[in-house]
Amino acid sequence: MIAIIDYGVGNLRSVAKAFEYIGHQAVVTSDPNEVLEADKVVLPGVGAFGKSIESLTKAGMVPVVKEVVTSGRPLLGICLGLQMLFTESTELFGDATAAIKGLDILPGRVLRFPESHLKVPQIGWNSITKKNDSPLLHGVAQGSFVYFVHSYYVVPENQEVIACTTNYGLDYCSGISYGNLFAFQFHPEKSSQVGLKILDNFAKLK
Amino acid sequence: MLAKRIIPCLDVKDGRVVKGTEFLQLRDAGDPVELGAFYDREGADELVFLDITASHERRKTVVDMAARVAEQVFIPFAVGGGIASTEDMRAILLAGADKIAINTAAIQNKRLISEGAELFGTQCIVVAIDAKRRSKEDPSQGWEVFIHGGRTATGIDVYDWVKEVEQLGAGEILLTSMDRDGTKDGYDNLLNKMVAEAVKIPVIASGGAGNLEHLADGIIEGKVDAVLAASIFHYKEYTIQEAKAYLKSRGIDVRL
Repeated sequence: MIAIIDYGVGNLRSVAKAFEYIGHQAVVTSDPNEVLEADKVVLPGVGAFGKSIESLTKAGMVPVVKEVVTSGRPLLGICLGLQMLFTESTELFGDATAAIKGLDILPGRVLRFPESHLKVPQIGWNSITKKNDSPLLHGVAQGSFVYFVHSYYVVPENQEVIACTTNYGLDYCSGISYGNLFAFQFHPEKSSQVGLKILDNFAKLK
Repeated sequence: MLAKRIIPCLDVKDGRVVKGTEFLQLRDAGDPVELGAFYDREGADELVFLDITASHERRKTVVDMAARVAEQVFIPFAVGGGIASTEDMRAILLAGADKIAINTAAIQNKRLISEGAELFGTQCIVVAIDAKRRSKEDPSQGWEVFIHGGRTATGIDVYDWVKEVEQLGAGEILLTSMDRDGTKDGYDNLLNKMVAEAVKIPVIASGGAGNLEHLADGIIEGKVDAVLAASIFHYKEYTIQEAKAYLKSRGIDVRL
């Protein structure tokens, strides 16, 4: 059983429906015990970093996510679920920026796209360049297009975790794959056949 | 490189897809879920469902449609038509839609744009604008915003309105030329270019696409980020793949 963590932000129905569509059982849950009992866990997320960490903390899910990662069970972060895995984010408040602590499971930072010459957020289909032979990208062609909606991107300290990169004004890390830990900046549940393939690869991990 | 998008638009009434020609005449073209899933498989980048139902059951019908679409369609989709409150927005987004398109309600209650953007994120809020030339021959006289499905003139200038909706937090503009809608003469690219250069948010061109050249012209001359079309796809004059191959041949980045 795949557990999709519900901590009160955004629409999780699409992720669950995508797994169902390709024949895998997935449950959306806000119960920490149910997450701990699942074989695989999805950490979704939309919106602001600070608010999401706060919601995740309030929902009692911070130790749960860390426990899942140490236990060796596969975890899939989506969008903000990728960013939250890192040490900290530099979030914009009006004209000032402040550092906000993340889950610190992977060392690295989250930065905002430079607005001077880019449309921020990046919304739409962009391509990925595969890097570290992630099992989740098996059967996904080099240069495949996937769907993004984000204003911030991750900068991992350890280059080996990078599963794929994308170019939007600059080359940035659009996915990580490190042991049992997987996360993508794009939305596999909205990336048509390519996205469904990635979710299927995740669901079929041993 | 961010790809330019091709977006089939499905007009929906009482749960069935129809296509309005110049907003008035309707023809039945099928089930929104089946058609949506078909376009996903064909390579459409996004879908817009425009609901034109006029009954009391309307909201329930729309939420139900969004939920059914979300079970079969795995590309982003927007839902528009008669959405007038953040409660309506929430219900449709929770059903699985990615974006909400608002038109008349945005003019009547501008806070709907800012409140929607604050609650759900700017990327969820698409402001749809029906624009009409003040003079068919002389584009220097500008374009006027119409509401109520093109029946009511507002006196508001399109340039002023797009600047304002961007400021209020709109994530995208769906720009329909009333002069071209249903004509198959091509988009009004003077209108598209004027808006695309006025705002930083993405602009979707709509109204007038009759062949593949029109799609390319919208992107190259109109400078838009996405092109919306209905009848050329619904009546199988072209497939999405043909459209993309053509855009590619014109040097436009697309998702193939």
